[in-house]
Formats: sequence, structure tokens, C-alpha cells
Amino acid sequence: MITKRIIPCLDVRAGRVVKGVNFQGISDVSSPVELAKYYSENGADELVFYDITASFEERAIFTDILKEVARTIFIPLTVGGGINTLDDFDRVLKCGADKVSVNSGAIRNPKLIYEAAKRYGDQCVVISADVKRVDGVFRVFSKGGRENTGMEAVEWIKRCVDMGAGEVVLNSIDTDGVKKGFDLEMLDAVCNAVSVPVIASGGAGGIEDFVKLFKTVPKVDAGLAASIFHFGEVKISDLKMELKANGIDMRI
Amino acid sequence: MTAIVDYGVGNLFSLKSSMEAIGEETVVTSDENVLRTAERIILPGVGAFEDAIKKLKETGLDKVVIEEAQKGKPLMGICLGMQMLLERSFEYGEHQGLGLIKGEVRFIGEVIPKDLKIPHIGWNGLHLKGEKHPIFKYINEGDHVYFVHSYYGAKCSDCTIATAEYGAELTAAVADNNVCGCQFHPEKSGDVGLRILRAFCEMGGMA
Repeated sequence: MITKRIIPCLDVRAGRVVKGVNFQGISDVSSPVELAKYYSENGADELVFYDITASFEERAIFTDILKEVARTIFIPLTVGGGINTLDDFDRVLKCGADKVSVNSGAIRNPKLIYEAAKRYGDQCVVISADVKRVDGVFRVFSKGGRENTGMEAVEWIKRCVDMGAGEVVLNSIDTDGVKKGFDLEMLDAVCNAVSVPVIASGGAGGIEDFVKLFKTVPKVDAGLAASIFHFGEVKISDLKMELKANGIDMRI
Repeated sequence: MTAIVDYGVGNLFSLKSSMEAIGEETVVTSDENVLRTAERIILPGVGAFEDAIKKLKETGLDKVVIEEAQKGKPLMGICLGMQMLLERSFEYGEHQGLGLIKGEVRFIGEVIPKDLKIPHIGWNGLHLKGEKHPIFKYINEGDHVYFVHSYYGAKCSDCTIATAEYGAELTAAVADNNVCGCQFHPEKSGDVGLRILRAFCEMGGMA
């Protein structure tokens, strides 16, 4: 059977990996190529790269780094950040990305999902959603979690999947950076609404959070995290052994 | 030297990089002469069968691939490239394949339970079938490889050299002497994938 996936996420800015806590207070961690290689050799099933650069020059650095990563490691790569047009899809796919994740770009222009899925296939298009509870309702936020779009999250994600998104990354702003576990309630709601793979993001603080994730929401396909991996708090190989010991199918 | 057939479908950056990572000189080409002089050929492919086989035939490279394979040159099809090696496909209509390996391409929804997601996407274990094929020289039963597909090779019978379990035994790899194919992506399957590519490069021809 298909294994559950463990995915480290690398936020890249000016050629370096950074990770914010609740999207603020960014600190430099390491070289993207070195980290990617380390993760690939130590059991990561896939890598996600987010380009959080703002300027044109930095974007060129990002694509160079992506190419270098794709030349060095041979596991699936997902790239997100600054994807607003089909040309952006083209730019990162040519550098060796396998999947492209859209967030604000799809909120501004939902047709982007449909057009990209038609050109590159559903499996290539990932909808990434930053979701936060507002008065008890799951709301989609844009611009890195700063702006409430007012859209209800499950409806938005369903709409994206109907348009051709082949995978969902659900990032809970409520649990992100808090390290007290994934947002199981939010994940359950999304998993029950769509039939494509769902990746849990935001809140992992330790191995037990992943065990709880896959045990409580068995429909979740993958768990994504950044800082706990980057700072060595959790080793992916240890995590996968523990998950396997708990009866969860893993690639060891 | 290995030639990767370039017929305008998909992105060959990762495949070429993975071959270079194992130290194999590799050319991405649509030049008939390069395919003829190469020691081995890789036929890649993504997207829909009809579009891909049409493009391959338009370049005329289908005949070159078939002739070189029949001369005994090692040939590996990857993903849709593997499916094109079979006799026919039923992806949106019925289309002729290259007919180098027994079997036909069918929708996985015909054989897997309804509650499983389509495409079959992610890491799955290989179950080796029959006598171990040379491309699996460095592979063990149960090793994981990366799949992304909604169609699979059916009725490949004794050409099936590996399967993967996804609510049904799906064909993971096929072979008939010097011609082989992987439904999964060796260039995205980490160290296991690189070992399969290395074994393919060490495979001799069969004149």
C-alpha cells in the first residue's frame, strides 16, 4: 500500500532557508541544497520549497537554487510561493519541480488552477490554503496569512479540487508555530470533503503529534513540518520508525 | 552513452540529472543518429497516451526505437513511456502502442476499490515477480518507489517483473529480454531509483 509521507518544508529567502513562528520572527537556518540533501538521505519522502522572496533578483536566486537541489536529490519536489501565472508554473517545472503549489495566486485568479491542471495534469497542481478560525468559522487567509479573504475554507478547497487541484496542503494558522500538535479538527473537515491527498501542516512539536495525526485522521496522506526538522528536534528516521511501530505504513 | 528520447513531452531535467548522478553520460535527443549510436535508450513520458504516442510518431522516432529494440539494444520506458511499449491503450478511446511488450493500458479504477484515491500517487513497495530481472539486481523485495499514474499495464502476464499493491496488484514493471519498463519514476525514487537506473546501464544488449 501507499505509505504515509513525511515532508520537510523549506522556506527560502535570498538563497537561505528560513522559518517563521506564526509567520513572524524569521531566523536563518541553513543552506537549501545542504538541507535538502540531508533530508533526502535521512528518509524524507518529499520536499516542499516555498519561495518567500519579494524581489525579482531574489527570485532568480531561488530558481538557481531549485535547479541545484533537483540536480542533487531525487525525490519529489513541490515548489510554492510567488506562483501567479502559467509562466510561473513553467519556470519552476523547468528547474526540476514535480508539483507546484498555489495559494494567493489562486485566490486572485481561481482559473489559474484549471489552466495549470489542463496543461500539466492534476497531479502537478497543489492548492495550499492558510486557514484560521474566525468566530468559529474556518476562513481562508491570503498574503502569507495576513489578510482574511472572507471565504469559507472547506468550500474554497472543494472548489479548487473541482477545478483540477490534485493535492491539498492545509496549513492551520491557529496551530502553526505553537508546536502543540496538528489541527485535527480542521484536517478532518477537509479530508471528508475532498478525494485528493491532503497534507497536514502547522503545529508539529514532536513525534507524538505525527502519531496522533495519522491515528486520529487516517485519511490524511502526509505530515509537513519545518522548524522541528531544521533544528534537529525531531529526526525523520526516528519519527518514521516510531510511526511504523505504531502500525502506520512508512517507507523506511 | 544513454539517449533519452525527446519528443516534446514533459520535462526531462530530473531524469537526465539522475543519470548523471550515477556517472552515466546522457544525452536528451530527438536525433535519429544519436539514438542509433547510443548504447541504450530511455523512453520517458507524462500526460495522456494519445497525445504522447501521436507526438512520438510525428517525429518518426517510434520506428527508430522499435528497430533499435529489435536489434537487442537495452530500452527502458518510464511511466507513460512504459505504457507506450505495450500493444494498445484504452485511455480515452483505443490507441495503438509500440507493441514491444505484451499487454494493454487500462484505467486503474476498473480494478481498485472505490474508496481508494486516483491517481495512485506516492511511495509503494515493489513485489518482484518471477526470475529477478537485471534492472532489479540491486533491489530487494519490498523496496519503495514513487508512483504517479491513473492507468496501468493490464494483461502483461509473464512480462510482469514487479507489481505494487493498491487495492489490487498493479503492474509496476515489465520486461521482455532487452526491453523493460517502469510504471514508477526511478528518477524520483531516491537511492532505490538510482540503483535501478545503474543496473539498467550495466545491462548488456541482446543481439
